[in-house]
Amino acid sequence: MLEVQDISKSFGGLRAVDCASLTVRQGEIVGLIGPNGAGKTTLFATIAGFHRPDSGAVTFEGKDITAFAPHRICAAGMVRTFQITQPFAKISVRENIMIGAYFRTADRRVAARQAEAVAGQVGMAGQLDQMGADLTVASRKRLELARALATGPRLLLLDEVMAGLNPTEVGEIIEVIKDIRGTGVTILLIEHVMQAVTSLAERVYVLNQGRMIAEGSPAQIAENPRVVEAYLGHGAAKVLGA
Amino acid sequence: MTRSGLLCAAAFAAAVGFPLLAPNYLINVAMLALFTAFIGQSWNIAGGFAGQTSFGHVVFFGTGAYTSTILQVTYGWNAWLTWPVAMAAGGAVGWMIAVLSFRAGLRGSYFALITLAFAEVFRILANSVPFTRGGLGMLIKADQRPENFQFKDPIWIYYIALMLCVVSLVIAWQLTRNRFGARLVAIRENEDAARALGIDVFAEKVKVLTLSGAMCAAGGTFYAQKYLYIDPNIAFGVDKSVEMLLVSMVGGAGTIFGPLVGAFALTGINEVTRWLASVVPALKNVQPLSLIVYGIMLVLIVARLPNGLMGLYRRPLVRANPRHV
Repeated sequence: MLEVQDISKSFGGLRAVDCASLTVRQGEIVGLIGPNGAGKTTLFATIAGFHRPDSGAVTFEGKDITAFAPHRICAAGMVRTFQITQPFAKISVRENIMIGAYFRTADRRVAARQAEAVAGQVGMAGQLDQMGADLTVASRKRLELARALATGPRLLLLDEVMAGLNPTEVGEIIEVIKDIRGTGVTILLIEHVMQAVTSLAERVYVLNQGRMIAEGSPAQIAENPRVVEAYLGHGAAKVLGA
Repeated sequence: MTRSGLLCAAAFAAAVGFPLLAPNYLINVAMLALFTAFIGQSWNIAGGFAGQTSFGHVVFFGTGAYTSTILQVTYGWNAWLTWPVAMAAGGAVGWMIAVLSFRAGLRGSYFALITLAFAEVFRILANSVPFTRGGLGMLIKADQRPENFQFKDPIWIYYIALMLCVVSLVIAWQLTRNRFGARLVAIRENEDAARALGIDVFAEKVKVLTLSGAMCAAGGTFYAQKYLYIDPNIAFGVDKSVEMLLVSMVGGAGTIFGPLVGAFALTGINEVTRWLASVVPALKNVQPLSLIVYGIMLVLIVARLPNGLMGLYRRPLVRANPRHV
């Protein structure tokens, strides 16, 4: 469904993403993990059209979408959320989600109905009249999810929707994401919370210093010495193995 | 009909009946306030709803005023026919400024400054090119007949101002309930999030500035027809830009009635201070007193009422409405 081939992106002298490739197949939940500063968000932003890659190609459902503007990528059926939540602060949750819903319809009533349906899906049905600025971190994360979902995507790019949540909230949002996948939406997620990755993703990619260093099931990844070293430092795998 | 709908209908009826009873002086003051509300609304649609703050909105006003005046004076057009052409010209200038500045990625204060620069360039051009007759300005021949868009009785120009104002309110009202308006608010609140949600931010911003420019240009033609004289400083002077921005901010930027409320507040202050200066000897040399009051008011509003005077009205309403409790 999504093919990312040898994407590179530099900022000044810093190579944030270096020849990274990944594949997402229809119906999967794929995780993208890596230590802080590995280039995960940059890779995401490049896939979603917010940065133009220096080289490489992004193909979505057989169509080359490399360096398309975000609204055209959204039209193709792929939408991203932000790690640092970006609610429209001065409007209500309902209106926030309607902005997403307006992508598929110009009719206000249809958009409002869709917003309510999506709010129910992510567990925000009781908060529709709250202002974006008044939401808790957990609710903001849900709102990010809801808005993106309202555009009617086939592939969702979720950037750390669980960061900053407590274990109960993480558990809840994991259920929400599973439900979303159940409706036929494919998901690629960046995550720091390992619990989330292991309980959600079928396959995991590991990015370190801009490069893909491993790919496999969560169990395989957890045992991969290169991954352990990337997270815990050089020599850690040996120490742990001993 | 809802409560606010009834309120609007009553206000409209009062506005229609008002000049039948009021003296000419008050009709003129009200006409000026309605006109200011109209051009303020044109600013509000771009600056308030879409968050594209402009310091040079007068560029559209002047384009409208000069287009209709040149067509009349130099080419002998009928004044009414020049009106749509002036609006098209204002829209075209809005489109051009939007394409140039948003292609270059200018946002926020950079965009505000570039609009100021455009207004100044237009003022200097109007001062120096022959077809505007430079600094001499242009005089429209007085011939007070309705078919010339000139009226003997101030009541008619008042009604035209009222009509402009009502149209602008309807446009603003529509923006609060259609997709285009929702997208503008999204762009104002967070441009990156808007982009991620499939909004073609560039196209929407160009659209709103074109609309705003066309509206403001209609105000320019109206002004030229009322006073029958324009020169570069009247048509492209920075004070009109400030006035449009000020009435919106004072009334409440991004609200339907903000510019209207702000325009009446500022026009009222203007008249009261003029009267005070004429009766209180100590104030005679404080010229113009209204600017001092504007300044104090702006400080108070920025500090205490970031949502403008409309913020005062909205807050108690939310509490009183049982649906929100």
